Amino acid sequence: MTSIVDTIRSGNEPAQGLKPRSELTARELLREVGAVLRMSEAEAAKLGDIPVDPSEDQTMIINMGPQHPSTHGVLRLMLELQGETVLRCKPIIGYLHTGMEKQGEALTYMQGGTNVTRMDYLSPLNNELVFSMAVEQLLGIEGDIPERAVWIRMLMSELNRMASHLLFLATNGMDIGAVSMMIYGWREREEVLRFFQKVTGLRMNHNYIRPGGVAADLPAGWRDDVLELLDLIPPRLEEYDILMTGQPIWRERLQGVGVITPEEALALGATGPILRGTGVPWDLRRDQPYLRYPEMEFDVVVGSYGDAFDRYAIRLNEIRESMRIVRQILDRMPQGDYRIQNKKVTPPPRARIDESMEALIHHFKIFTEGFKVPEGEVYMAVESPRGEVGCYIASDGGPTPYRMHVRAPSFVNIQCLPHMMRGGLVADAVAVISSVDPVLGEVDR
Amino acid sequence: MSEATPEPADAPVDDTPEPPTLYGVPLSDSRGQRVLHPSREQYVALARTLLDETYTTCSDLTAVDYLTFMGRSLPAGVTAERFEVVVNLLSIERRERIRIRVQVPADDPSVPTLFDLYPGTEAMEREVYDMFGIAFTDHPDLTRILMPEDWEGHPLRKDYEQGRIPVQFSGDFASKGGDR
Repeated sequence: MTSIVDTIRSGNEPAQGLKPRSELTARELLREVGAVLRMSEAEAAKLGDIPVDPSEDQTMIINMGPQHPSTHGVLRLMLELQGETVLRCKPIIGYLHTGMEKQGEALTYMQGGTNVTRMDYLSPLNNELVFSMAVEQLLGIEGDIPERAVWIRMLMSELNRMASHLLFLATNGMDIGAVSMMIYGWREREEVLRFFQKVTGLRMNHNYIRPGGVAADLPAGWRDDVLELLDLIPPRLEEYDILMTGQPIWRERLQGVGVITPEEALALGATGPILRGTGVPWDLRRDQPYLRYPEMEFDVVVGSYGDAFDRYAIRLNEIRESMRIVRQILDRMPQGDYRIQNKKVTPPPRARIDESMEALIHHFKIFTEGFKVPEGEVYMAVESPRGEVGCYIASDGGPTPYRMHVRAPSFVNIQCLPHMMRGGLVADAVAVISSVDPVLGEVDR
Repeated sequence: MSEATPEPADAPVDDTPEPPTLYGVPLSDSRGQRVLHPSREQYVALARTLLDETYTTCSDLTAVDYLTFMGRSLPAGVTAERFEVVVNLLSIERRERIRIRVQVPADDPSVPTLFDLYPGTEAMEREVYDMFGIAFTDHPDLTRILMPEDWEGHPLRKDYEQGRIPVQFSGDFASKGGDR
């Protein structure tokens, strides 16, 4: 037991990698499979998909990435191949690690949004949302957020889901070889981002959802912009259906590829479209509701085979569901304040600073020192386009988090890759990576 | 909201001699979320119990280095140690979450792995090992995952300084001898 601790202290740590088969024991091999299927090693051996005789090693280990174009950034896969068949695979990550969790301990709660928004750069608003919700839970003001702020959050979160899934359709198409789809997906996503730019000032990395509400009210004419978006996208989705969903080449390429069972997905902690693709109807918006999702009418889209095609179809149809939610939000968007009027959390309005000494002090305190958050720890989770994004904050009562951890859905989901790829062809590896839709900024943080 | 620090209404502040327990482990309430505090010896057995109790998914595993905040509040009978491994489990059947916080001493930073119960913790335990230097005994591949393999130290420890790169501003010619 102490030997591991001694190894750490001595600094002779092994590097992450995939050991060649000849250096592996049968036990290690079987444990990889057995733990995930939750069966004993003897039972796993009966599956027969792992040749355990190391002397007849006909395998080869090759690297895919980190510069491979279809690894969505800087993911490196070590693949053990026998001919064209992938036997084992190990994702190697860390190339994009920038120490954001360490940085999160130095930034105040007010500044923290700028940090978390850069993790999953394709769904920044969901990251900001979960961070803000965790801070609000610690402050005990989660019930006092103004209605309008809650509904704006929900609107932005759903639009972000649409933008993210549109980008998935683009990259998935590109990876599979439907290159024109890449242009279409980016084009539609840009329409959504244009709306974001109007509201938040930025296309990405908004820092718009903040503890206590949102940074600014929706601009004049926002409703028309959203309606325009809702008119524009449905016919485009119909085009995608013609272009891809019903097309035999597309189906051949995705159906039956990268299959994962519900048991494996649950054991590996996978969430989002990967879990739903296996037929498990788990969506935090419905099952552990936050914001005003219980009042919304929408369907949780599930698949039945757990293959890459199911994951594609789920994301395509989730865009439609998101649009359904957005329409309901448009009908019910309340009037009122867009952030909480709590002197401790919200900076005072500009006009107040001129007339009130106290307002000036509050303003100064919030922007120099930040507001203090009572001691405690909390874990909040919301449904991002990629699955459950969670935020664990431990506070020591100071103005910065004592520890800020983000449970990134992609980080957990890429652990499914070895199990999706086992026994498949190396040519399908690209389709499998693409169908997991990892964002490396969030994997490495 | 008043200026006073908010307290959850159902916080277990009652002075009853028997602290609340669940599965034989001290239970506390953190802002309405249930937290279990097993010892290192009880940790895996507790996880196994919870797995049988339909907590089939480990949604998150992380750690906290409480070096500069040893005075945090813990339920009676739990001794504060420097490290804490925090595990968030999820029951899809019951739609419930539960959190485990294990105290890990600084002089022997090791915890048994949960890999055989929750294989999804493979990468998360490696991340904790990488960032905090907490060893997970019997983990199948305990190597650095995010930092380079020759990195020294464990960055998320509180005694690990945050580095800085000096920034040279474009107008700052004078102090640099004007050699640009």
